[in-house]
Formats: sequence, structure tokens, C-alpha cells
Amino acid sequence: MAILGAINPILTAGLDPNDPDGWRCGAYLGRGGYSALRKILSGKISPECVLDDLKKSSLRGRGGAGFPTGLKWSFIPRNHEGEKYLVCNSDEGEPGTFKDRDLLLLNPHAVIEGMVIGAYVMGMSRAYNYIHGEIPEACLRFEEALDEARAAGFIGNDILGSGFCVEIFAHRGYGAYIAGEETGQLESLEGKKARPRHKPPFPANAGLYGAPTTINNAETLAAVPFVLNMGPEAFLAAGKPNNAGTKIFSVSGHVAKPGNYEIPLGTPFRALLDLAGGMRGGRALKACIPGGSSSPVIPGDAMMELTMDYDCISRAGSMLGSGAVIVMDETTCMVKALERLSFFYQHESCGQCTPCREGTRWLRGIVRRIENGEGRTGDLETLEHVAANIAGRTVCALGDAAVMPVQSFLRHFRDEFMYHIDHKTCLVSKETQRTGSGWAWE
Amino acid sequence: MLTTDSLKKIDREIAKYPAGRKQSAVMAALVIAQEEKGWLSGEVIAFIAALLDMPPIAVYEVASFYGMYDLQPSGKHRLTVCTNLPCRLSGAEDAAEYLKKKLGIGFGETTPDGRFTLKEGECMGACGDAPVALVDNRRLCCRMSPEEIDKLLRELD
Ligand SMILES: Cc1cc2nc3c(=O)[nH]c(=O)nc-3n(C[C@H](O)[C@H](O)[C@H](O)COP(=O)(O)O)c2cc1C
Ligand code: FES
Repeated sequence: MAILGAINPILTAGLDPNDPDGWRCGAYLGRGGYSALRKILSGKISPECVLDDLKKSSLRGRGGAGFPTGLKWSFIPRNHEGEKYLVCNSDEGEPGTFKDRDLLLLNPHAVIEGMVIGAYVMGMSRAYNYIHGEIPEACLRFEEALDEARAAGFIGNDILGSGFCVEIFAHRGYGAYIAGEETGQLESLEGKKARPRHKPPFPANAGLYGAPTTINNAETLAAVPFVLNMGPEAFLAAGKPNNAGTKIFSVSGHVAKPGNYEIPLGTPFRALLDLAGGMRGGRALKACIPGGSSSPVIPGDAMMELTMDYDCISRAGSMLGSGAVIVMDETTCMVKALERLSFFYQHESCGQCTPCREGTRWLRGIVRRIENGEGRTGDLETLEHVAANIAGRTVCALGDAAVMPVQSFLRHFRDEFMYHIDHKTCLVSKETQRTGSGWAWE
Repeated sequence: MLTTDSLKKIDREIAKYPAGRKQSAVMAALVIAQEEKGWLSGEVIAFIAALLDMPPIAVYEVASFYGMYDLQPSGKHRLTVCTNLPCRLSGAEDAAEYLKKKLGIGFGETTPDGRFTLKEGECMGACGDAPVALVDNRRLCCRMSPEEIDKLLRELD
């Protein structure tokens, strides 16, 4: 655990990962925490002003799609009679992503402040934080932080004497990737299977219990107070145009120091790799998945020339996604790697759409037989055919997420798949594959 | 069926949701029940259903959809090892193999003495600490080296 390094950090600035009390309300106040909320509730900044600032800052959602946050907040109907809801998405199940866990453990009050500000601006009196089931410590920590915030008068009734009331609750997931998808998450919050809903209607009109609802990633919400404190121009300038601010990147795989790193958007990948201690054992970079397992893989040499921002990664044919950077060195078998990812999507398909339920099973089955040395001529074409028949034909984006790794692995590493089919074995020997992990047998 | 302590905990969960939205507490109620009973039997599911005014099948749908619920008895301790790609790249496969050897069982199996059940898990959102295992759904064991695994198994004895 812990944020291992940073370049000009914003969200994690002043955090001492070795301070066991650094997450507490008092420490957060010491770092300037809750001052944006104070300004807003004392009337110094109006809700319209907050929306304007968020739009000007061009803060984009950190949950995967990179949707502009100010715009999303402005979709909530102003004069709606009755309840509206805010949902913080801390479900973080996208393989490679582990930043929200650290945020909840190390800076939970930033998430809470962002949630209270969002609730105030959009006129909500109830908010839920949906927390990934596999990180129980983070869920407990968040609930403890809620108690602190309640005791300090930052949530509850008549917050800071403003008359504004909001209650925030933690809702723990229990092992379903699809509950990270926003409408699947709403179903889950309603006590059902997390099966994504058809859109429209969008959550801004009909979300939780049918009421207008905003869903934002935990890192997005945690960024809000910082944007307002430093001003939208400064936040924008901290990154680059259309790619404002800093972002926490979760670097995993074959690097010397896997961990979370907060860097300005637009920072060269090379610098991020350096921060993560470089390649483990000094081996060569073979490939990188830059934005969580669903984002298309990029070959190592191309990756070395990219900067870490939405635009650059998307020009290279991939997506910045959740900022989960999965690094693979020359010991990696790309067929085995894809097989594990395809198994994941098959396992996590909720099963309601036939192309996804059946298609993810076929994808996995074919990749597995190639990996097992039972591949047949024409398998790669079949994979592409099946992939094309899943993409865009499902209720939610899990289908696309399952397809993008398959298509991109085949695009960039086709020879390796062909080799597997022709030679019934891997280009990279099993012993070599083992050495990459750095795991020490006794 | 459940202790008053568990029932109190469930009441606290129900209170998190608006009036008339008791069903929202079903996930938490099942967690609390599983923590007390070890697994979710048909009787436990029916009990939760009655408590939350839900049809038992609706509770069963939830219990069978989310991966961390156990619909069968399991060992005293549950170890769920993440084997997804990011963890694999940092030795998840090796750690899993080491655990299997030590316990003498494979994924989805329970040791003959009923102490441990080993499960294969998906990304836990902790890939930076790989290899990781979730222990009894309550705590995450990080950077599992052979020493770390030995220590964990001794602790859980
Ligand atoms: C299959 C699937 C899984 C997702 N998982 C997550 C997740 O774990 N966390 C998250 O914040 N967003 C996840 N998303 C994206 C959410 O649907 C949603 O776009 C996001 O939470 C919005 O927040 P943002 O605008 O702040 O980025 C997922 C989407 C899909 C299709
Ligand atoms: S891949 Fe194992 S925790 Fe993410």
C-alpha cells in the first residue's frame, strides 16, 4: 500500500504514507481540507460558480470513460421535486486499478468533501459510496472517516450552520466486476443482481430508485475540492489542455516498484516508468496496457514514445481508462496473458446479453486452446469474427471491454499467436516466463 | 436463526437506505449472516428474505450473483488468491502453487481437516501489492512471499 511517488502532486500532496494518522480529519484540515466546502456553504461561492469552475477546469472523470465532470453535474435537473442521489464509485474492479483503495485509506476526507460539495451543488441529501468488496480495510477506514466528518459537522444536519443537510453511507460490494458499471451499480444498490440497465433513460434522469442520480469515480470526487481551492486555471495548467490536472496511475506488472504514482497528465511514460523504479531486473519492455485491462495493448517501443494523457494514448489506439498501467516485459507470453484476461471477462459477464454471455465464452475457449497447443488454422479469424459480433451489441460496455484486448493483442502480436498454433508451444519458454514474476521460491 | 448482535447489525444497514427500501440492505445482511453462519444455506436465505420482505428467490439471486458469498459450507478459513494478469506478472501463479502444495489441495477444495478452503479470485484492486489473497473476506494479505504465506497459515491455525 501507499502512494510510492509523485511529480507535482495535488490529490496526495503533503500525505505522509508513514504517518498512521495522516488520513484523519485533523490531518486533512491541516492540509487545507474542507476549506472549499466552507467557502461554498458560507455563500462565498454559488453552486453555479462551482459548476462553472469545474467546466473551466476541464476535469474529466477518472473512472474510465473520461467524461467531463462539470458537464455531468449540469445534467441533473434543477427543479426536480423529490429526492436525488449522488453515488461515489469505489468499486475498482478493472484489473490493474488500485488507486481508489489508496485514496480511501490515505485521504478519505478528500472523497467525503468532494461528495458533500457535489451533493450541495446538485441538490442531493443522500449519497452512497459503493466500495469494492475485496478491500474491507478501505471500507472500514471510510466509515471511520465518515464518523469523524459527522462529529466535525461536515456531514449530517445543518452543515456548518448553513442549513444544508446530507448523509453519506458506505455500501460494500461483494465480488462482481460488473457492479462497477454505473447502472449495474445502481441495481446493486437497490439490492439486486448488478445487471446493467438499458440507456436511455440515463441516471441523471432516472437513476437510483428511479430518481436523478450522478455517479462519479472516487478519484474524480476527491479532485473536486482541490480544483476549487487552486482555481480552475491552475488545475488546467497542472496538466495540459483537454487533459487537466494530475492523475493517479496504478503501475503494476514487471516494474521494480509496482504502486500508485500521481503525475501531471501529459507526463512522458518514460518518466512514470522511472518513478516506478524502471523495468524489473532491467529487462526490456515488451508491451503495456495503459488504462486497465479493457484498454487495447500497446507494443513496448511505441509506448516508450507516449505521454500519459487521454489524447496521446487515444491517438496511439488505446485508452487512458482508469489509469491502470500494466507493464509486461520480454518474459511475457502474450497468448497466456490474453487467456487470463479473456477468462476474466467470461467469468464477469452478467449473462443478460447473448453476444456477451456466449461470445466471451467462445473467445476464452479459443484463446485457451491456442495456449494449450491445440490451436487450429483459422482460429485467429474466428476470434476476430466473434469479437466483431460482440462489440457494440450489448447493453453495457463489458462486451467491448472483453473484445478490445483480443483485437489489440492480435493486431500487435499476431506472429506470437501464429507461432503457438503452428508449433503447439510458446515462443517464450515456460522457465523464462517464470523468471519475470520476481517471486522467490525457497 | 441469527444472533441479536447480527440482527442489530442488519438493522443498522437497513437504516442506511430510505424508508421502504429495505431490499438495498440485502447484500450487507447476507454478509452479516455469512459471517455468523459460515455459509448461506437455504434456511438462512429464507430468513433474510422474510426479514427484508423479499421473495426468497430474489435473495438467492443476489447470493448467487456476487462471488464472495458461499452457498456451500467451506473450510474454517477461506483464502482467495487473485490470479488475474497484473498479479500473475508479479508471481500470483507461484504463490498459488506454493499454497496448494502446502495445503495439499487445489482451487475450489477444502483441506480434509476442514481448516482451509482455497479459492481463485479476480482482481481485488490491490495489484500493486501482488501477490494478494483475501483472508475470510475480511482482510487482504499482501506481497505473499513464501515466508509471508507460512506466517499467515501459522496465524490462522
Ligand atoms: C464493465 C465496467 C466496469 C466499470 N468499473 C468501474 C469501476 O470499477 N470504477 C469506476 O469508477 N468506474 C467503472 N466503470 C465506469 C462507470 O460506468 C462510470 O462511467 C464511472 O464510474 C463514472 O465516473 P467518472 O465520470 O467520475 O469517471 C465501469 C464501466 C464498465 C463498462
Ligand atoms: S490483478 Fe490481482 S489484485 Fe488486481
